[in-house]
Amino acid sequence: MPKVYIPPLLQKITDGQDMIESLGKTVADVIDDLEIQFPGIKKQLCEGNELKPGLNISVDGKISSRGLLQKLDENCEVHFLPSVGGG
Amino acid sequence: MTTEQKQEYDVLGTRPIRHDGTDKVTGRAQYGADLQLPRMIHGAILRSPYAHAKIVSIDTSQAESLAGVHAVVTGADMPEVESRVANLGETSVDVDYLSQNVLARNKVFYKGHTVAAVAAENAHLAEEAARLIRVEYEPLPVVLNVQDAIRDDAVLLHERLKTQSLGLDSSEKPSNIAKYFLYEKGNLDEGFQNATVVVEREFRTATVHQGYIEPHNATALWNLDGHLTVWTSTQGAFMARDQLSDVLDLPVSRITVVPMEIGGGFGGKIAVYMQPLAALLSKKSGRPVKMLMDRASCFEATGPTPGSVIKVKMGADAEGKITAAKAELYYEAGAFPGSPVNPGCMCIFACYDFPHAKVEGYDVVVNKPRTNAYRAPGSTNAAFATETVIDELCEKLAIDPLVFRLKNAAKEGTRRVDGPQFSRIGMWETVDAIRQCDHAKSSKDARQPNIVDGMEYAYGRGVASGFWFNAGLRSSVTATVRPDGTVSLVEGSTDIGGTRTSIAMQLAETLGIAAEDVQPTVADTDGVGYTDVTGGSRTTYATGWAAYEAAKDIVRQLIERAAEIWETDPENITYNNGTVCGPDNRSLSFKEFAKKLNKTGGPITGRGVSDHNEPGGAFATHLVDVAVDQETGKVEIVRYTAAQDVGKAIHPAYVEGQMQGGVVQGIGWALNEEYIYDEQGAMQNPTFLDYRMPTCLDVPMIETLIVEVANPGHPYGVRGAGEVPIVPPPAAIANAIYNAVGIRMTELPMSPPRLLHEMSK
Repeated sequence: MPKVYIPPLLQKITDGQDMIESLGKTVADVIDDLEIQFPGIKKQLCEGNELKPGLNISVDGKISSRGLLQKLDENCEVHFLPSVGGG
Repeated sequence: MTTEQKQEYDVLGTRPIRHDGTDKVTGRAQYGADLQLPRMIHGAILRSPYAHAKIVSIDTSQAESLAGVHAVVTGADMPEVESRVANLGETSVDVDYLSQNVLARNKVFYKGHTVAAVAAENAHLAEEAARLIRVEYEPLPVVLNVQDAIRDDAVLLHERLKTQSLGLDSSEKPSNIAKYFLYEKGNLDEGFQNATVVVEREFRTATVHQGYIEPHNATALWNLDGHLTVWTSTQGAFMARDQLSDVLDLPVSRITVVPMEIGGGFGGKIAVYMQPLAALLSKKSGRPVKMLMDRASCFEATGPTPGSVIKVKMGADAEGKITAAKAELYYEAGAFPGSPVNPGCMCIFACYDFPHAKVEGYDVVVNKPRTNAYRAPGSTNAAFATETVIDELCEKLAIDPLVFRLKNAAKEGTRRVDGPQFSRIGMWETVDAIRQCDHAKSSKDARQPNIVDGMEYAYGRGVASGFWFNAGLRSSVTATVRPDGTVSLVEGSTDIGGTRTSIAMQLAETLGIAAEDVQPTVADTDGVGYTDVTGGSRTTYATGWAAYEAAKDIVRQLIERAAEIWETDPENITYNNGTVCGPDNRSLSFKEFAKKLNKTGGPITGRGVSDHNEPGGAFATHLVDVAVDQETGKVEIVRYTAAQDVGKAIHPAYVEGQMQGGVVQGIGWALNEEYIYDEQGAMQNPTFLDYRMPTCLDVPMIETLIVEVANPGHPYGVRGAGEVPIVPPPAAIANAIYNAVGIRMTELPMSPPRLLHEMSK
């Protein structure tokens, strides 16, 4: 199952858990799954039907451009990271 | 050069003459200031003399009545935009703040903030008219550093600004702390309990400018049909277009941005400044309007990189293994939120593999120009802190700093404090490259005697490492085969460091033709598919990958065409090293085939798009010898060696140039460069005379060691090379100064007066 890492600032919503295993096949599924377990977490991550602007999804270390549509492999790692700009 | 599993290429790794070289050295290259259009007029800006003030009233009547003046714009002419966060390629920005930064509304937030703009027959007339604009201000107290800004009784810059964490308000009251970031891994207390030695220090850095030689410029034509065209020096034509769309409330379909040649960017030419103003002046006047920024305005009113306060605490055991580390980073955002404190948080410990860490970051607004990216933004400040602390740990543990780094180097599988694990990386290899180089084996006191011309020098040697993520994002190219067997390559990446050629070389390698047979062109936003900014060290990686895909598309079409010509199946056709081969020993070279295309089915154009985001991360380790003049505090760089993992050096000369350029900028950051402000928030040194950047007379030849640990996330193993070389220098030099004179410098720049003051204590 994909391993979803919870940002420290959101761990107060997940009862201190820093990693949740999810059955979700996409990032959207995962977030919906998290919302069922930990109500209130979705509004921290999403704006309408999209990821919040300025928030990125990293899957196995790679930043995804597909946002909520990103498909997830069985054993992948998912992280929520603020976007980073270079110069 | 050290390489891992070196692969032989025909084009990659060679040093062809750059495609834009002739025009650049003969003065034919077209920069923004060179542009001339029929009936063009000129714009000038009125800037705030105050660092913080309410705008009570603006009277433009005298300016408007001056003969030769065609238009005047103020904040009232800007479309009202809502406060919303827009994704702009690499990063995000509040559109309202972006708009306010372009042209002030009710308040000015830094000296130099644009208050009005004028268009007139010539630039001098426009400046004269700007001076006729009467602005009544109500000055407000200024806040110029993070310590003052975060106090409970601090003067607030923005009444609606509350501290946000992960995009949601986390403070009830308004604050000058715009954002808070937190990263953790492991158990910090446990980690420090396991440490034999702990070092804790606080560091400060000053505001520093990118120092691009070419000032900002913009020419705009708001045509009668409602279409806006902007010619400008920019690191990202599409990003400029999107910002114009947001700020002017204009659909992107009605905007064309034409990127001119660019005389340096380094991150400072990503945001728009004058482009919307030129557009509005053109709209009002009905004429093309050209605007050029002077040097003082570049300093005072664009986007320098932030000053910062950083606290680092790190512990290590007796064997020299890091057990734990924590950091607090406070970065000045300038007038509006958005400093690079977050990447600073993510980079600060990225070079090392240890289990327990906590990093907190604060994005703090102050009455200075809104900060922007400068080559690995946020990472240099962070590395100055961490790498100096590590040097002190090494001293206390009596461990060689290079051995310490080898022992603790991040590697494949290391989990960063922000969460993801590294794939294959080259941190260890860069340290090893330094350890084995001639410089490291030489004596630091090679330049003898230590008294020269009556001045007494102390010699020291220092080392530091650094990290930058690099970016992937999106790029598009098209490549058309010409009848003479050359290829026209159209791409959307502004060339700020030789990427025209590095991209052309990747296309050439894939096709099996010479780099000289590819002619790259940088197109405007209507001439090529969407392409993200030239920044984030992404261009050779991402646009190069798009070129690789375009080349494969061409090969596929050539194979299909050959199958038609030779009346066989495509499965019977192969393409190797620029030659199409078919059954019965038939073959055609790329050039031979190109001649036949128009008569065998028409031209062939390949298209390529890259949306890959596995840039691999870049590491660098630097070694520096300094000579400290003990009477004046002046630090001379005696010898400097930079080792950097670039994955694959497509054009080694360009890679070396990026490394050397980044190092020299880092030296300036370390030893001289800073914004000097008076108490009212006015910059005292907004010229190159007093904002002292290094020239070639100030530095030795920077020796470069190209390390190639192939990036598994790119067909040719490329990692971005442009940013990480600026990260280690300040710390390396600080460590060398300590080695020379026993003074641990914790504030940048380590200028002669500052070092002399410390030495005299």
